[in-house]
Amino acid sequence: MQKDTAGNKQSALQAKQIRKRFGSGHAAKEVIGGLSLTVADGEFVSIVGPSGSGKTTLFKIIGGLEPPTEGDIWIGGEQTTGERGHISYVPQQSALLPWRTVAGNIELSLTISGAGRQEAKQKTKEWLEKIGLHEYADDYPHVLSGGMLQRVSFLRALLAPQQLMLLDEPFGALDALTRLQMQQWLLSIWEESRRSVLLVTHSIEEALFLSDRVIVLSASPAVVLQEFVIPFERPRREALWTDIAFNEMKQHIYELLK
Amino acid sequence: MGNKKRIAWAKVWPPVAVLTALLACWQAAVAWGDIDPWLLPAPVSIVQEAIQIWPRLMEHTEATVRLMLLGFAGGSAVGFVLAALLHLIPWLRTVVYPLLVLSQNVPIVAVAPILTMLLGWGLLPKTLLVALVCFFPITIAMLSGLGNPDAQLRHYFQMIGIGKWQLFWRLELPHAIVHLFSGLKIAASYSVLSAVVAEWLGTNRGLGAFMLISSKGFQPDRVYAAVIIIVALSLMLFGLVVLAERMLIRWRPAKEVK
Ligand SMILES: Nc1ncnc2c1ncn2[C@@H]1O[C@H](COP(=O)(O)OP(=O)(O)OP(=O)(O)O)[C@@H](O)[C@H]1O
Ligand SMILES: [Mg+2]
Repeated sequence: MQKDTAGNKQSALQAKQIRKRFGSGHAAKEVIGGLSLTVADGEFVSIVGPSGSGKTTLFKIIGGLEPPTEGDIWIGGEQTTGERGHISYVPQQSALLPWRTVAGNIELSLTISGAGRQEAKQKTKEWLEKIGLHEYADDYPHVLSGGMLQRVSFLRALLAPQQLMLLDEPFGALDALTRLQMQQWLLSIWEESRRSVLLVTHSIEEALFLSDRVIVLSASPAVVLQEFVIPFERPRREALWTDIAFNEMKQHIYELLK
Repeated sequence: MGNKKRIAWAKVWPPVAVLTALLACWQAAVAWGDIDPWLLPAPVSIVQEAIQIWPRLMEHTEATVRLMLLGFAGGSAVGFVLAALLHLIPWLRTVVYPLLVLSQNVPIVAVAPILTMLLGWGLLPKTLLVALVCFFPITIAMLSGLGNPDAQLRHYFQMIGIGKWQLFWRLELPHAIVHLFSGLKIAASYSVLSAVVAEWLGTNRGLGAFMLISSKGFQPDRVYAAVIIIVALSLMLFGLVVLAERMLIRWRPAKEVK
């Protein structure tokens, strides 16, 4: 790992001029076309973009699963391009091991992320209680509802020692009502801990409601179309949904994506 | 509880009734019909004969059980380890896998004399024969289980930086256990069958040998008694595997356990 000499210590994540091509020759397809973005320490940033614009691919590059064709990834001020283990992650499907209990799943993820066994156990117990799921600690995941599973999945990422959290459509598989509840729940927890978050979502309202900044991507090959700083004060209230400024921004982003 | 018992009974009684009726017809046909008892002994006389020679019968059964269990255990262990090796070392798989499939086209009856020629008349060549028959279904079942765990789960764990070994221990192997049991069930019934065949081909101990001697001595009721014990052994080993499966795979939702 190489230290960032430019002194960008404040950024939890910097993606610098990322390009990604799949295939070669005339079958080559550029999915990401020179994309740069940053997430500051403790900042909540959302990405919205058309389906197939390369958002999951970008996450794979940040997570070190795919090498970028060009460009670098810097996490916490260090170059980490192609390296794994620098992020925590919440996927669209909760991705819990069916043969491990709820607590067992969280503990395993924490130890993989580098936490000590004892610490993982203790944190898991403490936080399951905090989010009111301690009754399910020793149950297998198939007992839980979709919303509960996603809470566990989020908790697993939140408790990991990594500073940066990537969330890829975490509420995409939930019904509208559960989704609203989950957004509020996530905010209430996040506002306590202020981890650095990069969230991919298809819902413009969700992005506006949760984020400090919203990044709008173009269709593939993806580049940043525009960035919006979201000025609403925290803690965010439900009343925001009917706010005029909120809806103007929503309209604006919607036009961009059309 | 009572309800559960009633359901189990409802499942059990129809085949039992049919079997009883069949046995009654058989007995009647031999008693009043025109069937030569040298060809088809009556059920009652089979049981009588079995009781009379019970100690001898048990001696042979013991020999067969030992051979079957040794072969089954050895074959399963080899099948398990081989599958893990082939999975973890891709080049080994490309070399060995086709040979494995090819080896299954060699009939066991043809291998037995070769093994006897090489290793003599002891327990070793017969155990090897049983193991040879048993390992294959286990290797195949395990390999398919190791190769296709849930793509979402794999993606999640790779994103949080799991290593190759951890991925094997935490995801691929537990996932393969379900498949392993379908292989074990096949191997269980193969092991009894191949143990009997091995005893046909060279020994004077075991149910296979006993059957051969009895049939040469025109004692069909003894042959039938041996066959019944062989069937019982096969069912018992199968039952043991199913029991082990139930105990090991408790995490499955109830409706998936047949
Ligand atoms: N390994 C690969 N090889 C070739 N093409 C790929 C590969 N992975 C992704 N792609 C292509 O890259 C494009 C972007 O895919 P990606 O999954 O990143 O989009 P996305 O923005 O996450 O879409 P969605 O919003 O639907 O989740 C798609 O056209 C896809 O077919
Ligand atoms: Mg995606």
